[in-house]
Amino acid sequence: MQGPSDFELSRRKLLLGTAASVAFSTAPPMANAQTPSTLAQAADVPMSKVSFNVNGKPRELVLDTRTTLLDALREHLHLTGSKKGCDHGQCGACTVIVGGRRINSCLTLAVMHEGDEIQTIEGLGTPENLHPMQAAFVKHDGYQCGYCTPGQICSAVAVLDEIKAGIPSHVSADLNVPAQLTNAELRERMSGNICRCGAYSNIAEAITEVAGRQA
Amino acid sequence: MKSFTYERAGNPAEAAASAMRRPDVKFIAGGTNLLDLMKLEIETPAHLIDVNGLSLDKIEPTAEGGLRVGALVRNTDLAADSRVRRDYGVLSRALLAGASGQLRNKATTAGNLLQRTRCPYFYDTNQPCNKRRPGSGCAAIGGFSRQHAVVGASDACIATHPSDMAVAMRALDAAVETVRPDGATRTIPIAEFHHLPGSTPHVETALSPGELITAVTLPKPAGGTHIYRKVRDRASYAFALVSVAAIVQRDGTGRVALGGVAHKPWRIESADSQLPRGAKAVMAQLLSGAKPTRENAFKLALAERTLGAVLTAAKG
Repeated sequence: MQGPSDFELSRRKLLLGTAASVAFSTAPPMANAQTPSTLAQAADVPMSKVSFNVNGKPRELVLDTRTTLLDALREHLHLTGSKKGCDHGQCGACTVIVGGRRINSCLTLAVMHEGDEIQTIEGLGTPENLHPMQAAFVKHDGYQCGYCTPGQICSAVAVLDEIKAGIPSHVSADLNVPAQLTNAELRERMSGNICRCGAYSNIAEAITEVAGRQA
Repeated sequence: MKSFTYERAGNPAEAAASAMRRPDVKFIAGGTNLLDLMKLEIETPAHLIDVNGLSLDKIEPTAEGGLRVGALVRNTDLAADSRVRRDYGVLSRALLAGASGQLRNKATTAGNLLQRTRCPYFYDTNQPCNKRRPGSGCAAIGGFSRQHAVVGASDACIATHPSDMAVAMRALDAAVETVRPDGATRTIPIAEFHHLPGSTPHVETALSPGELITAVTLPKPAGGTHIYRKVRDRASYAFALVSVAAIVQRDGTGRVALGGVAHKPWRIESADSQLPRGAKAVMAQLLSGAKPTRENAFKLALAERTLGAVLTAAKG
């Protein structure tokens, strides 16, 4: 009978081999790689300086004016929690919280955020000390592949603040009374976050639990 | 995205004047539509003037008893304003029926009026489009036209205006306040703000080059029951197939504007007078001369039935 270690060993060798060849083939260009800013300067592309706070830390960047807030966070500040899904404001994977409000970071220029307070998934909690919404997503299995999850969680945290602030929604029966925390309200308010794996019902349960705890 | 230079404007007149100093300039506020189009190189400004620093983000009462909504008031804030919820419910409802929470937090009042069509042929730069490239033709005519206009279209363009907010603004008789590069200000009634496509579908509004929207004013509250009913392919976060903005008084009189059917929010004042006689009578006037395609002819029946449902709901 063939032991599992045989398979594991050969698979491991194969993976190592692949990784080595990738590393080898990319080594020469890596050695000559220019940083994004030197590339941009060489091409004489308009640059602009911007300062903002990300997760409580002051940051100052000189960026190609075209850089979206999402690309500034991911490519320049290496905060890769916020995800690029569609890059057109349709999927919500890039959702971050700016000045207390959730926005699509792919549809805003970084240079437009001078002085802003930006909160990303990395600023909500840590693996050792999860934000209640992160813990609830884990508990209720509010994801499968996880790609949309940082956006879902940032959005969910902001949704509860929006309900608390008295902002109505499309499904609020009466515009002039405070919105109720119903499943229909949560689903409507979360409609800007698409989950291709279809974890919606578990996401709604996670948010409901946190909302109940907050109330 | 094509590269561009960037400046932050100090005051509205300065922003308008600055727009005239350079070619290919665009104002940017929320940016949710403009940046989308810039990524696809449908919009290729050489210079962006960021107007977010202008103090145009307040909602204030007017001397006439209405409200002046600053150009930069975000869709979320306009929808949530207690005066708007109480006196202009159709506007709150229309705003909340549009886009997503994230987009409404960024999108502005002026930008919402200026958003461009979602016609897939306008978005596909491989296709001819008289709006994107004047004179190149219209791929939507004879193409997949389920979403397109049924009234007021032309041989050059059958695109629709995508806004929900603007449909409510049209029912409310709002007016658009602007400043021009020479510092002169003017007020454009919403009825005259958006153009029909005619032979120049790329000319979408009454704004002249460099002219900047500073506010949208709402007249004194009209009273009545305010309803915005949007019919779409998904329950949320989708553009309208047909929408109805209606203000209905106790005696059955009122106003009605349609979204999703034309190149601009669609209202004909004489059709309003038919409201007491029911949806069929209103639509006979409102959609007279309609030229639907085989794929979007359903919008005629859908509009009538949606208004019928709205009038039933208004009777409470």
